[in-house]
Amino acid sequence: MKIHTIPEILGEVPFFRDLKPEYREFLAGCARNVHFKAGEFLLLAGKKATHFYLIREGHVALEMEAGNKVFSIQTIGEGQILGWSWLVPPYTWHYDARAVEPVSAISFDAKCVREKCEKDPVFGYELLKRFSRLIAERLMATRIQMADLYQ
Amino acid sequence: MARRTPKTHTPGPDDAPMLLDVEGLGRLIALLAEEGYVVLGPRVRDGAVVYDEVRRVADLPVGWTEEQAPGRYRLVRRDDEAVFGFTLGPHAWKRSLFPPRRRLWRAERSEGDGAFTIAEEPVEAPKQAFLGVRACELAAIAVQDRVFMGGAYVDPVYAARRANTFIVAVNCTQAAATCFCASMDTGPQARSGFDLALTELLDDDRHVFLLEAGTETGRSFAARLSAAPAVPEDVAAARAVVARTAEALTRTLDTDGIRDLLFGNLDHPRWDEVASRCLACTNCTLVCPTCFCSTVEDTTDLTGAVAERWQTWDSCFTMDFSYIHGGSVRKTHRARYRQWLTHKLASWIDQFGTSGCVGCGRCITWCPVGIDLTEEVRAIRESADIPPHTTSANQAQAGR
Amino acid sequence: MQPPTPLQTAAHPMTPVSGRVLRRRWETDDTFTLDIEVAGGRPFPFAPGQFNMLYLFGVGEVPISISGDPDDPSKLTHTTREVGVVTRAMRRLRPGDTLGVRGPFGSAWPVSEAEGRDVVVIAGGIGLAPLRPVVYHLMRHRLRYNRIVILYGARSPEDILYAKELGQWSARLDVEVLVTVDRAARRWRGNVGVITRLIPRAPFDPENVVAMVCGPEIMMSFTVLELHRRGVASERIHVSMERNMKCAIGLCGHCQYGPHFICKDGPVFRFDAVEDLFRVREF
Repeated sequence: MKIHTIPEILGEVPFFRDLKPEYREFLAGCARNVHFKAGEFLLLAGKKATHFYLIREGHVALEMEAGNKVFSIQTIGEGQILGWSWLVPPYTWHYDARAVEPVSAISFDAKCVREKCEKDPVFGYELLKRFSRLIAERLMATRIQMADLYQ
Repeated sequence: MARRTPKTHTPGPDDAPMLLDVEGLGRLIALLAEEGYVVLGPRVRDGAVVYDEVRRVADLPVGWTEEQAPGRYRLVRRDDEAVFGFTLGPHAWKRSLFPPRRRLWRAERSEGDGAFTIAEEPVEAPKQAFLGVRACELAAIAVQDRVFMGGAYVDPVYAARRANTFIVAVNCTQAAATCFCASMDTGPQARSGFDLALTELLDDDRHVFLLEAGTETGRSFAARLSAAPAVPEDVAAARAVVARTAEALTRTLDTDGIRDLLFGNLDHPRWDEVASRCLACTNCTLVCPTCFCSTVEDTTDLTGAVAERWQTWDSCFTMDFSYIHGGSVRKTHRARYRQWLTHKLASWIDQFGTSGCVGCGRCITWCPVGIDLTEEVRAIRESADIPPHTTSANQAQAGR
Repeated sequence: MQPPTPLQTAAHPMTPVSGRVLRRRWETDDTFTLDIEVAGGRPFPFAPGQFNMLYLFGVGEVPISISGDPDDPSKLTHTTREVGVVTRAMRRLRPGDTLGVRGPFGSAWPVSEAEGRDVVVIAGGIGLAPLRPVVYHLMRHRLRYNRIVILYGARSPEDILYAKELGQWSARLDVEVLVTVDRAARRWRGNVGVITRLIPRAPFDPENVVAMVCGPEIMMSFTVLELHRRGVASERIHVSMERNMKCAIGLCGHCQYGPHFICKDGPVFRFDAVEDLFRVREF
């Protein structure tokens, strides 16, 4: 089995695929492979958003506690990005994210990426375009969910 | 729609028009009755001209006419003895072809296993003669023929009644202020769809009816009336009277591109404006000679052993009409008026290849607040978001 | 392919034939399935997507889609939710009870047209019931189709219809089944999120797929937007519409939808036929 390097993986994921190779190289420099056991938390509401994830395997549930019950409100799986609060002050997470099953992911250091964005606005804009699309998609999904679609 | 000149009825060689005097009209009524027809015609009742059984000329609204305007109808005396010197009352002939309420079947449940057997209601179709059918009403009957007999499913009661109906048309010698048949190309001259047609000729010298046959059955009846043959001048005089009626029409509806106009403007503010006046009372649909919607009611008797299904007229103006689980699709008057008008004038064309409006104006007269569909169409046309021919409903939605 | 026309037993098309309940089972808290045998054991051929009018003695009549196997015309299967007077009374039916049946009515899902192509079946809530005959057909004639994808969304794990069968279908290697719910308690191990989120990565070729979509209008509306975004043209999308129905034979006028009568021109429409009206409010 071939072991893929992080830049190779970024080159295959739709989210990063059409970034310039040098930018992918740079992102890879801020990234490392991480693994979570089922039930482990990747994010905790209220904590500092110091990183974001690209999920490689398994899926993660965004959870919210309401009325003493914990609800899963969205799941994020293979090839998808988890976390955008690292881009928006005050850089804190809004939900808990828990591994539903064993999860492998690539973790990106938020500070490292943010600093690069400030220094290189072209890179910053490219990244912002991708994240704003992601945020818009999540917002749309949430609005549709509010419509109680299957009533 | 460019106003087309009504095609004149061209008599064939065997189709020699005749002249009938008032007594002759009485003989026609008697002859129809003798042949087993229930003769239905205009009568004055409760301050309006309605259709009911007639046995003699005196039963007809002799010497009466009416004043009509949006939301207004009043019978007034004429200064002559014209028999058909009025236009239209609230009744349309549809009630005699498509009864307002009838039982479809009756089911009985057996005591033992709860199974039930259904007995269908026998189709009742008495021989009936309609006397005094106006050109717009002939068109309305033709429209309902397509609805009830032109598709994959035929309404058996309508079809049977229609087959047993003899039609005596009457050409209009005057127009009501609410009439717009010429715009809809349906009148005032009766062109087809009748067995016999009458045109009343009344002046100082004479009171007669030009009698023309439209079918073989009509001809055979005409032959038995011992009427005098008409001369070309009589025919010309009859045509002239109807031509004057056409000229007297004051209301118009521009139907040019109307389908695209209405479907391109489903979110026009005019729908809100008309909704602020519309009471959703259903009057327009009940008086309309083409409205055909019906519903069914399932009932049981007190023992619960007998169930029946009844069919009754329904109206798209009711809240229940569009009910599906979770509520009505068309909750607002705006949506219901829009449904009615777009169906009548636009989607009817897709469904049945003809407009659903014949220009009789009943919906204008009998609307309690005087909503006038010709005015509504004009208002939309004059301020359309999108002119006809360039539209799709989607474009109208694009700004949402 | 012309869908089957109603069983003709009566002079008037408004007269039902009698049927006997063979079995009733609960699918979810408020949804149940009836198996019905038509009087005399007569076979009842239908095409996937068609519906019947079911009559309950003295109570009333409602349109319900047929959710059984089109290759087994020996019994009729209907899944319905208790939402009104008639369906609430129907839940009390027991094996042996009698009801009235008129049908089958309406247009069919384009299962023949989809041969040789990818098929994506997208259902929301009880919208899986009218599509189940399609799934049965696709499975039985698996080789006629290229990839088969079933996307299903429900409000919660408890609201999932035909859960056992969904499990069986997803166990097959030649069918991709993706289920998602709007919200779930922690024990749910599947997807959470709206059904539209399943579309971007579902394995089908947008240029060569036939999409069959059924669910509440709002669900179909967002689903179609996402299919368009994926590059699926309106001509390759089919939806099933719902309006009030009284006669089911195009005469009573209730189910009008612009130029269409849902009962005879639908309920299944190619999307481009209804696209212009689809998002007009209260239409």
